[in-house]
Amino acid sequence: MCSNGPVLLDFWESPYGQRVRIALAEKGLEYEYKEEDLFNKSDLLRKSNPVYKKVPVLIHDGKTICESLIIMEYIDEVWSDKVKILPSDPYQRAQARFWADFSNKVCECGQRLWQLKGEGQEAAKKEMIEKLRLFEAELGDKEYFGGDNFGFVDIALVPLTSCFYTYETCANFKIEEAAPKIVAWAKRCMERESVAKSLYEPSKVYDFVCFLKKHFGFE
Amino acid sequence: MAEKEVKLFGNWASTYTLRVEWALKLKGIEYEYVNEDIPFNKSEELLRLNPVTKKIPVLVHNGKPLAESLVIIEYIDDTWTKGYSIMPKDPYDRAQARFWAKFADDKCMSAMYSVSTSSGEAQQKMLQEAREAFQILEQALGSKKFFGGDQIGYLDLAITLLAFWIPILEEIVSVSMVDNENAPLLKEWFTRILDVDMIKTSLPPRDKMYELSKQRREQFFSGQI
Repeated sequence: MCSNGPVLLDFWESPYGQRVRIALAEKGLEYEYKEEDLFNKSDLLRKSNPVYKKVPVLIHDGKTICESLIIMEYIDEVWSDKVKILPSDPYQRAQARFWADFSNKVCECGQRLWQLKGEGQEAAKKEMIEKLRLFEAELGDKEYFGGDNFGFVDIALVPLTSCFYTYETCANFKIEEAAPKIVAWAKRCMERESVAKSLYEPSKVYDFVCFLKKHFGFE
Repeated sequence: MAEKEVKLFGNWASTYTLRVEWALKLKGIEYEYVNEDIPFNKSEELLRLNPVTKKIPVLVHNGKPLAESLVIIEYIDDTWTKGYSIMPKDPYDRAQARFWAKFADDKCMSAMYSVSTSSGEAQQKMLQEAREAFQILEQALGSKKFFGGDQIGYLDLAITLLAFWIPILEEIVSVSMVDNENAPLLKEWFTRILDVDMIKTSLPPRDKMYELSKQRREQFFSGQI
């Protein structure tokens, strides 16, 4: 354990936290992982992220950095001698930021999909399919969103793929029918150690979402 | 020349468009401006350039389009590296600037919108939340002259739209969202930033915006939008 190395406050199932774990792994960085109990948040979390009190939070050199995409950019800039997560070209970098931000909208849409029923759920499902198709058009025939290189957009979107089974089961549809290239891309990403070690089995994610549904009365 | 190939699609009333214009002005970049008739009469060209969100502003540089105002500002800073520096240099300061810009967009803008589109008890609750949000935002400013320090930077460009909109909405709705009680330093910054020459001369006329906001609010309450 490196006492001066980064510390990550996180929660196992958080797709936002998983983004940061994948980024740290891709950079080959050692860090201390602290699991938060989101129903009993630690003083450290409340103090490190007083604005949102949410994970993930990266603590580095006595400073705290919040928001997963912002943490990823920070990691890329600080450890600039390691493999690059963001493209060097300004235009490609801007495009990567645009699409990574757009993946947040997919995540928000996914939450509505399992929280709502009836018309609300149908609308969320339609929106999800539309957004995944946009991502599919952006991916095209590339191996990754970063081209030959697994990068920022791949890391931003891939944690949501372990929620696909949950979305499909809650809203009764098949993502592979709507966006087959995205499903194929997800399988390719899972062959990377950084991704395989950070994501959880879709069935485990589904069980957790069922628990959340019951706990928060979304049934 | 690179400058001749910069085109900005925006709208006169859009403060998101202004963010990008200010960034271009700070860098001294010449550009062609195309006003879009939003939201119901967007041009074919805009929809072709931004098929994903279909929104303005869109910057086109050397034929390549970019959307999302904060993404565009960083692109401008990354591309025109000589002259004015918009983003901080230090990675932690950059992370902080991005964090607070996102907070301003996600929390403050939506709080402001909620106050102006609610009434009665619900509005009181929204107002309390908005006042808290602005109090939090003030932390990013502290005792600095601008969010960027001695000169305006990325975060000032991002947040100026609040300095413009809040006083207008406060007058229309008869509430106080930012005052000497919850955010005195932020209130002083509002005055300071709106007095910066580049900003002062480019903002749309206040009375025109007042009327437009009043109209939109009435349309909202009557179910038209």
